[in-house]
Amino acid sequence: MDQSFKKQLLIDFGTVLGSYAVLFALQKSGVINTYWQGIILVVCINVILTVSLNVTSGFLGELALGHAGFMAIGAYLSAFISKSLPLIPALEFPVAILIGGLSAMAAGYIVAIPTLRLRGDYLAIITLAFGEIIRNILKNLMLFGGTKGYPNIPAYTTFTWAFFGAAVCVLAAKSLIASRHGRSIISVREDEIAAEASGVNTNRYKILAFVFSAFFAGVAGALYAHYIRFLQPSVFTLDKSIEILVMVVLGGMGSIRGSIISATVLTVLPELLRSFSDYRMLMYSIVLIVMMLAKHSASGKIMFRPAADKTQEAET
Amino acid sequence: MSGFSQFIMQFINGLNIGSIYALIALGYTMVYGIAKLINFAHGDIIMVGAYVSLICLNAGLPWYLACIISILSCSAFGVIMEKFAYKPLRNASRISLLITAIGISYLLENAFQLIFTANPKPYPSFIALPALKIGAVTISANYYITFIISVVLMVVLTLFIRNTNMGKAMRAVSEDAGAARLMGINVDNTISLTFAIGSALAAVAGILYSNCYSPINPTMGSLPGIKAFIAAGLGGIGSIPGAVLGGFFLGMIEAMVKAYISSQLLDSIVFTVLILMLVLKPAGILGKDVREKV
Repeated sequence: MDQSFKKQLLIDFGTVLGSYAVLFALQKSGVINTYWQGIILVVCINVILTVSLNVTSGFLGELALGHAGFMAIGAYLSAFISKSLPLIPALEFPVAILIGGLSAMAAGYIVAIPTLRLRGDYLAIITLAFGEIIRNILKNLMLFGGTKGYPNIPAYTTFTWAFFGAAVCVLAAKSLIASRHGRSIISVREDEIAAEASGVNTNRYKILAFVFSAFFAGVAGALYAHYIRFLQPSVFTLDKSIEILVMVVLGGMGSIRGSIISATVLTVLPELLRSFSDYRMLMYSIVLIVMMLAKHSASGKIMFRPAADKTQEAET
Repeated sequence: MSGFSQFIMQFINGLNIGSIYALIALGYTMVYGIAKLINFAHGDIIMVGAYVSLICLNAGLPWYLACIISILSCSAFGVIMEKFAYKPLRNASRISLLITAIGISYLLENAFQLIFTANPKPYPSFIALPALKIGAVTISANYYITFIISVVLMVVLTLFIRNTNMGKAMRAVSEDAGAARLMGINVDNTISLTFAIGSALAAVAGILYSNCYSPINPTMGSLPGIKAFIAAGLGGIGSIPGAVLGGFFLGMIEAMVKAYISSQLLDSIVFTVLILMLVLKPAGILGKDVREKV
């Protein structure tokens, strides 16, 4: 760990604590009303989802379309834990979040195994199929209420939990990418064969990226479940995965800062433009096409510093 | 009804849905073979075809005109889509192409939702032939017409690709686009032609599908599209007989699972079969194993 990285870490911690203090004070003093408090919570959850998806789609370079599935696993299992475990709330919620994250991580591991043999297009289809399988099973699982939904989940998610969840996710992703493991993950994206020839254990790093991303999707699911307090399989459709993908693409594939900003903008903007809500998905699809056409690959250049992007995506 | 004739019924169901999957899978496989691109929007072209033919029918046009207009407009649409969205990205990375394709798919679904609303629209089935009776089994006209049309189109397509100059050009481009260009083949035109044929097949599939499963809505194409892609993958993507085989195979699995295991868990089971297939035999049933070259 060199000096500049330590300095950067200190700055990051400072930013996190500073913005937390400001937001917390504004909420307590009533400058931000409860409606906007809810939106800030959702922003935090979306930041977790976007940053974690960016690790697989942006840094590893594999298009994953099953993020909503991981989120669903985390949401349902954590809700189950907090509903059935007789613990004090202060202890129960961390356990629920952890279980949610770990179970999504286990699922991520299972999905990662086929990815070792497949690349690109097939992988996208497998992750998509996985997301649909999860939703289909949840629809038929009477333990979780099936299509009728899973009600009465305790409202544990507060601003503090969501904010620090997002902060942990962002800092973990940043440290991962800055480490030699992160460089190995990026090397798989740039040129898998060359990476393997240089002694990078590509299988290991693919699994690492998938498991990391699934864990935080599960955490986001847990936070979401204890905020909304009612889960339905119809929330976790392919549309949800695509929505997260749009946030990743708009912020720039391979840019964590871009992910944070685009997750914030794309959560707040629809709230401001309520009357255009019919056009939301239409706008998303146009964003995807225009971003890709505007610059062949990572669109980060348009918005921000092209993070790990200097070399660009490898040509296929 | 005896167990055997029920089995026959399910078999026919499987052939019916399988022939629709096969038609869609042909489009996927042709486009993939030539442009190395999973055209996610292919499923939505089925929907476009169904809606265009519905508009024509509602406008009082005879069914054959409705079909022709629908097929032609889908072909044109496929070519335009390729020119505007995929051609500029021909040298970009795979992931960019995939994201663009997903974008187009969502664009189509949502644009149609805004124009026609998300409410299902009834589709007047215009196949008015008598049902076929074989022993205790009755086959409705929709079913055997779908099957016959699909098989005929597949045979025609295979002959076209095998024997005509344009078909040869298509095979050459999918083998090696650079070398094909050096041999004087117009690669751009060949790719456009592929998109046109694939989209036309999707339009036919859309019309047949709507005839069998009446109310249509703007997202009707996405699930059959994904499943047809699975079928193409099962058969070995890029291979035309593979797509047909995969389509029928998948249709048969679906019909049997629906009848004998569980209709609610149908999609889970079908998708699990897909994942297992891809993991165990990534090249598909008829696919070639391609060595990775540096």
